[in-house]
Amino acid sequence: MTLWSVIGAGVAGLAVATELVARGASVQVFDPSGPPGPHGCSWWAGGMLAPWCEYENAEEPVLRLGQQAIAWWAQHTAVTRCGTLVVANARDLPDLRRFARRTDGFADVNHAEIAALEPDLTTFSKGLHFPDEAHLDPRRALSDLYRGLIDKGVAFHRKPAPAGLANAIDCRGLHAREVLHDLRGVKGEMLVIRAPDVALTRPVRLLHPRMPLYVVPRSDHVYMLGATMIESEDSGRITARSMLELLSAAYALNPAFGEAEVLEIGVDLRPAFPDNLPRIRRLGRTIYANGLYRHGYLLAPALAQGVADLALSNTHTELVDEDRA
Amino acid sequence: MRAFYGTELPNPLMLGTAQYPSPAILEQAFRASGAGVATVSLRRESGAGQTFWSMIRDLGVLILPNTAGCHTVKEAVTTAHMAREVFGTPWIKLELIGHTDSLQPDVFGLVEAARILTEEGFQVFPYTTDDLIVGERLLAAGCEVLMPWGAPIGSGRGLNNEYALRAMRAEFPDVPLVVDAGIGLPSHAARAMELGYDAVLLNTAVARAGDPVEMARAMALAIQAGQLAHHADPIEARDMASASTPVIGKAFLS
Repeated sequence: MTLWSVIGAGVAGLAVATELVARGASVQVFDPSGPPGPHGCSWWAGGMLAPWCEYENAEEPVLRLGQQAIAWWAQHTAVTRCGTLVVANARDLPDLRRFARRTDGFADVNHAEIAALEPDLTTFSKGLHFPDEAHLDPRRALSDLYRGLIDKGVAFHRKPAPAGLANAIDCRGLHAREVLHDLRGVKGEMLVIRAPDVALTRPVRLLHPRMPLYVVPRSDHVYMLGATMIESEDSGRITARSMLELLSAAYALNPAFGEAEVLEIGVDLRPAFPDNLPRIRRLGRTIYANGLYRHGYLLAPALAQGVADLALSNTHTELVDEDRA
Repeated sequence: MRAFYGTELPNPLMLGTAQYPSPAILEQAFRASGAGVATVSLRRESGAGQTFWSMIRDLGVLILPNTAGCHTVKEAVTTAHMAREVFGTPWIKLELIGHTDSLQPDVFGLVEAARILTEEGFQVFPYTTDDLIVGERLLAAGCEVLMPWGAPIGSGRGLNNEYALRAMRAEFPDVPLVVDAGIGLPSHAARAMELGYDAVLLNTAVARAGDPVEMARAMALAIQAGQLAHHADPIEARDMASASTPVIGKAFLS
């Protein structure tokens, strides 16, 4: 039986390995950094499974392929299906109308309906509720995939994959740039805060022309604030400006965020192709799966299924853009 | 056609490169519109947007780096230096924000920064208001182009003060003028060209449209139409009808 070697244990690699194992394949995983952790950009993700919201500024495959993600993740980790709430301050209502025009899968909500969904949001008169969206805790999801693979006997090698490996699946994100020349990094900055005085149950997006924000609730009044999108490949540090903007936007959502403790600051680069859609490429003996951009959790299931289709049954799904086996 | 520091624009559309859904769509918008100039921001990328910048270079159009997001003379001058290094051009769109909500330019700092940069050999494209005296001061500081706003950046309100823009055109007949910021619709862009402006600079109206590529094309067509109309010497508006064909002697049919 063929032994498949997945290289990289971020969300792409773990999802690919999980999908291959689910289809009966034999898999091993290489990652010199070890189990999922802060070294990978999927550690810093929001974990929103929000295909309808993302479709506002993304291409059609994000909407269609993203809709499969909720069911896929629910097989492997805890998924909270509470929908998403999108709000804007009165002065930014044109942005809310534009958002509504560009997507679907939502209901308009007024002040009372917003308060009924999220009692801690009291200052917004209009919003959009996307009832079918969901979210997960990315770190728990990575850990659940990792444990699931270990339980099924998958070997994890804490070292780089040996050169010239046959049946390799390269899921190294930006590290694969020396081969995937059209890959670029898009900087993202985020904060994790604990706000004991704020209780939100679902991801909330605040529209703003300069500093759009999303807040994703984790457990125990911990929230992820994200995320900047900057065409930069400097992953060093968050800038004061970005931190100021993220925190100001959170404060605008509910002033009680002003009392929050800042627990973590995350900065990383999202791997992206020029159209910001993921790609599967077979070059020689290696399949490359990459370019999840800001849709790591939303599109990893579709990417994993596409890789498994190519690897196990030589079927080319739409994400395959090059096959030079 | 008035030249911009000795360069004639192949196309009077100056298109920004921020906020597109993806670099691929950005590129298609440039192809579809034939825009002659790409403006690009350096400030937020702090020297590390190499891949993105090389995509912009590969568009094969003139590059006008900008100092978007700068609030002080010092910041703007530093950013201009960086821009010259990254893109190897003396062109700089000088943008100095004075007010956070309206993104209105700080015209006092603008004049000061323009003087510093022109003395250092930059060719400055100042983003300014439609104030004539500020325009004069910018020219005295060494600018050979003026870029008055139509309306606040990203507002899509069109030409807020057409009278002032018309006065500016009349006051500076030999200076290349660009309406920069505030354009929302092709009709706004066409109007700027009908007033005799030399180019239109826009970004949000295209990048945030539902279909940026189609909107880029629409803008280019409107700009071309406005430019043709200006050169064709439009008729004056009048109060009473003026029949285009004589009515006397027509058969009485009803």
